[in-house]
Amino acid sequence: MKRAIVIAAALVFGGLLINAIVDLPSSPVNLRIAVADNMAKSGVSHPVTAVLLNFRGYDTLLEIAVLLLALIGLMAAGPMLPPPPNQPADAMLQKLARIATPPVIVVGGYLLWAGAFRPGGAFQAGAVLAAAMVLLHLSGLLSAWNAQLLPLARRVILVGGFVLFLCVSVALLAAGSLLQYPPEQAGLLILLIESGLTLSLAAILAGLFLFLSRDNGGAP
Amino acid sequence: MSSELLFAVVGALIFTLGVAGTILVANLLRRILAFNLMGSGAFLVLVGLAQRGGESDPVPHAMVLTGIVVAVAATALALALLRKQHEVKDSEEELTEIDDG
Repeated sequence: MKRAIVIAAALVFGGLLINAIVDLPSSPVNLRIAVADNMAKSGVSHPVTAVLLNFRGYDTLLEIAVLLLALIGLMAAGPMLPPPPNQPADAMLQKLARIATPPVIVVGGYLLWAGAFRPGGAFQAGAVLAAAMVLLHLSGLLSAWNAQLLPLARRVILVGGFVLFLCVSVALLAAGSLLQYPPEQAGLLILLIESGLTLSLAAILAGLFLFLSRDNGGAP
Repeated sequence: MSSELLFAVVGALIFTLGVAGTILVANLLRRILAFNLMGSGAFLVLVGLAQRGGESDPVPHAMVLTGIVVAVAATALALALLRKQHEVKDSEEELTEIDDG
């Protein structure tokens, strides 16, 4: 009975939603033109990167803070059970993972650099690097992370991107308003922030997987 | 129907599926998946509507990029909490068995 009511309500809701989308009036504010007019001041030539790191930099600052918060929550929920006994990983898989990792790091670096003028940027680069770490973990070359025994260097990388971004915004606050880059240095500042974000994002996204994993891999 | 409108309409359908799933499914893992489906639908609506009028608007694209990363983090946190709940439940059951025996 509940099922039928929910399905009927969902159908009505979906119909209303689609109706609203089809009849949507055109937006009174055209943000595309506003972005295009200010591209010269943004320090980069790709509009999505300009929005993410310059025009709406505040969102990105809060986003990395939310990611860090999710990771800390995940670490606090930590594992209770001991890890299962190690299983030897497939030798072929290990070999392939070893071969794949260096090109993946190069691709990550390229994506970070390309973000200034074409689709790419810190998030894509961080996701690619995190994928490489997950691959290494799944093939038994990288052990799972333990929230209780986290080396200082790893902690610094995890929070580094956020702290760097925060420091830049505070420094800019002293010069004027929050996250308003001077147009001459905007490109350099964005590259600096994005480099920090890439490393932190890679570590955080990989950590979301590696802290949850109980598999200790083949590593000691 | 233009392609950008098709994206948005399919996004709305996926969102509706996610809403129905979140309400109907009892299993928590599946409920997390259904909730993710809602997010994917919303992203598709944003990306589709961003392309209205020929040229694409970069602001919704940047929002979706931000949203995807936050959704991944939120899902991982939800999974961690789900696993903790399983572990707590299992250890409680073991304790009751010992008490009964």
